[in-house]
Amino acid sequence: MKKLALSDEILLSIQQPARYIGGEVNMIVKDPSQVDIRFAMCFPDVYDIGMSHLGIQILYDMFNRRKDTYCERVYSPWVDLDKVMREKNIPLFALESQEPIKNFDFLGITLQYEMCYTNVLQILDLSRIPLHAADRGEDDPLVIGGGPCAYNPEPLADFFDLFYIGEGETAYDRLLDLYREHKQKGKGRKAFLEQAASVPGIYVPSLYNVEYHEDGTIKAFVSNTPFAPVKVTKELVMDLDHVSYLEKPLVPYIKVAQDRVVLEIMRGCIRGCRFCQAGNVYRPLRERGLDYLKEHAKKMLISTGHEEISLSSLSSSDYTHLEDLVSFLMEEFQGKGVNISLPSLRIDAFSLDVMRQIQDVKKSSLTFAPEAGSQRLRDVINKGLTEEDILHGAAQAFHGGWNRVKLYFMLGLPTETVEDMEGIALLSEKVAETYYDEIPKEQRHGKVQVVASSSFFVPKPFTPFQWARMCTKDEFIERANIVRRKFREMKNFKSLKYNWHEAELTVLEGVLARGDRRVGAVIEEAYRQGALFDSWSEYFQNEIWMNAFADCGVSIDFYTTRERKLDEIFPWDFIDAGVSKEFLVREWQKAMQEEVTPNCRQKCSGCGALQFKGGVCHESKN
Amino acid sequence: MKVRIKFAKSGIARFIGHLDVMRYFQKAVRRAGIAIRYSGGFSPHQLMSFAAPLGVGITSHGEYLDIEVEDDEETASMKERLNQVMAEGFSIVSCLVLPKEAGNAMSMVAAARYTLAFRPGYSPENAKDWFRSLVQFYEQKEVRITKKTKKGEKEIDLKPLIYQISAEVSNDSFLSETSDSSEVTPVFPVLSMLISTGSTENIKPELVLDAYYQHLGQERPAFAFIIQREEVYARQSPESSNNAGAFLPLEAFGIRPGHGQGGCLE
Repeated sequence: MKKLALSDEILLSIQQPARYIGGEVNMIVKDPSQVDIRFAMCFPDVYDIGMSHLGIQILYDMFNRRKDTYCERVYSPWVDLDKVMREKNIPLFALESQEPIKNFDFLGITLQYEMCYTNVLQILDLSRIPLHAADRGEDDPLVIGGGPCAYNPEPLADFFDLFYIGEGETAYDRLLDLYREHKQKGKGRKAFLEQAASVPGIYVPSLYNVEYHEDGTIKAFVSNTPFAPVKVTKELVMDLDHVSYLEKPLVPYIKVAQDRVVLEIMRGCIRGCRFCQAGNVYRPLRERGLDYLKEHAKKMLISTGHEEISLSSLSSSDYTHLEDLVSFLMEEFQGKGVNISLPSLRIDAFSLDVMRQIQDVKKSSLTFAPEAGSQRLRDVINKGLTEEDILHGAAQAFHGGWNRVKLYFMLGLPTETVEDMEGIALLSEKVAETYYDEIPKEQRHGKVQVVASSSFFVPKPFTPFQWARMCTKDEFIERANIVRRKFREMKNFKSLKYNWHEAELTVLEGVLARGDRRVGAVIEEAYRQGALFDSWSEYFQNEIWMNAFADCGVSIDFYTTRERKLDEIFPWDFIDAGVSKEFLVREWQKAMQEEVTPNCRQKCSGCGALQFKGGVCHESKN
Repeated sequence: MKVRIKFAKSGIARFIGHLDVMRYFQKAVRRAGIAIRYSGGFSPHQLMSFAAPLGVGITSHGEYLDIEVEDDEETASMKERLNQVMAEGFSIVSCLVLPKEAGNAMSMVAAARYTLAFRPGYSPENAKDWFRSLVQFYEQKEVRITKKTKKGEKEIDLKPLIYQISAEVSNDSFLSETSDSSEVTPVFPVLSMLISTGSTENIKPELVLDAYYQHLGQERPAFAFIIQREEVYARQSPESSNNAGAFLPLEAFGIRPGHGQGGCLE
């Protein structure tokens, strides 16, 4: 029986002790003394969130297949345990062995969203690893970051020894082999980092210096050693059918956000929506084969006993074999106590037919994501959904028995006018009217419910909008009010509901998304003043951040409201994410002209992803 | 066909709460490929019910759940199949077919046996004597205490709800929470009690301690005791008295697999 890092007294006085004991179904057990490399894989948020993340499960499985490596997991202790650990000086530990993170060779932290950055510092702090990479000694674990936020790692550059840019399945073996070699030969940390910089996809921040112009923009980003490449090209898996995918996912005891088998059906996206970072950095679209998916679906359901399976991708309706896959899932698993959960699909006859069979129509809602309230603005952002598509789809859904619709929008998009904002209310109203027009009184199950919600637009690196001006907090709130007032004027306003997101948190996300190395000081100051779990509304304290910006002398507006010049050097320019800057500039200019760009299957737009020689770029050539 | 599953919960599994234990078994049954039956309706659920919830932090040698399986399900290998998919701290003790007329476990539960020991660091000078004094305290005709209920508070007499109580010794490693199970656990003093459990008048072992602490004019220190449930019982027959001997472990109501199929009792 394993000895726990936390005493009974502590475990019985905090919420959800099961977060900290490990022992889950399919957990890997190895003898740490029998391996050469100990890797602690971290999701910097509470266990319940971290355990829903598919990426860590894939890497955990992949690392543990190496005989010389033991990969364990660590998550952010919740606020109650965080307090106890500081009071009683308990070092942060990994779940499998319950041993301190400080004893590990690597600490890998996945960066899925910007608002977890203070939690990253919490992890380092509680592990007793110096926050600054420059202060770490030979015995400190090497701290490596990955995930989507690694596409602009600069705000965190001071805190990480390395970053992995791109998909994790490809280069880690080489990195770990290199590490083992170095360790056996007794070579030090600095020597390893210099060699690691030559592994594809690896970025070592300490090997580069940044110089700034007087106006604050970047003057130069240069390596300070011959070991560092000028550009770091992202890593990606070109053959998704011959790469390791997990067969035995970990099954948490407590109910986590995603309590089901997740089947990743493809990566990348063909749509080219101009606000979307994921759609750009994961290009080109690459599908997994139908047989591969069928086999893994079965294996994962058997090894976990989960009662639900879901599909994961950026735009599942674009998966070539979607109909076959869904039919297979329904035949194989429905009626055997396994629910099928489909992500937002394009609303058409096929998807409605399927959803009617797998969902309780009376309790579920259908989702559309127009993102903008007018066709003009939808063209600017290259979101190809027309009002006709939406109303036609809604009508079909209403005939199919649904009476709840969700609509997702964004406020603050480039070129947005009052007409666009008010269009959100008008479109929602039209959807409601469609219900009453299409469904005769006798057949209605009560009123229709249309829930519109808007998030606030944040310009992201590697999108055509990376040059865009972001709204201020007050501008966001003003726009939300314009929309809200318009909703009140609608005839069917009793059937309509409008929600909007937190403006203050969004502004912060805006700074971190396009931030440079100078922002790191603000993150650290905010953390030291108590900022933690910022993505949780009950714990986010804007005051702390505002004070941190002021104390560090860093301007929020420089990063958010300032519109960038086309020739400006961005903090993330040293990364080759596949899409070229020329392509992004073209798309930015087309957006201003309200011109749409066809999707990858309709016509190649020469974005640069062709350099990877595969996926959708080569589809028609088969 | 109804099957009664008895399982043990020890080590780190003691931190898994009852609702999570239920979900854990729902998945375990699927992993083991057991042909459990589902209810009808739009959101079908497994036909599974637990006998008596167990509080967080308490280990157990005898917990129960009943499941309804397809008639052609192979019961002889069920225990082994389930044990193959168990996680750390959970183990299946037995899988027994229930006769068709057997009652629902939850409604039958009448009593449970608990063993209590002092947690290391909290023991008085002489734990054996401390427990003996507590047992003597319970030799009175009545022991009144205020019990918190969902509706507020009520005063009850604990005495008739305690069917048996004694000071004993044990060397059960579950209870001593040794991390290394290869170590031979030395013998230590424990308190053993058989108390009323279930839907009618349910009392917890902590309440039995609280009444004694109240008598001593002290407050029970948090975390002072390690508690373990040994077994869960039903009455032999509805009219049985409350002698300790009138109770049967829930296991006793089953038929061992291989000693007759469910069908031959018709």
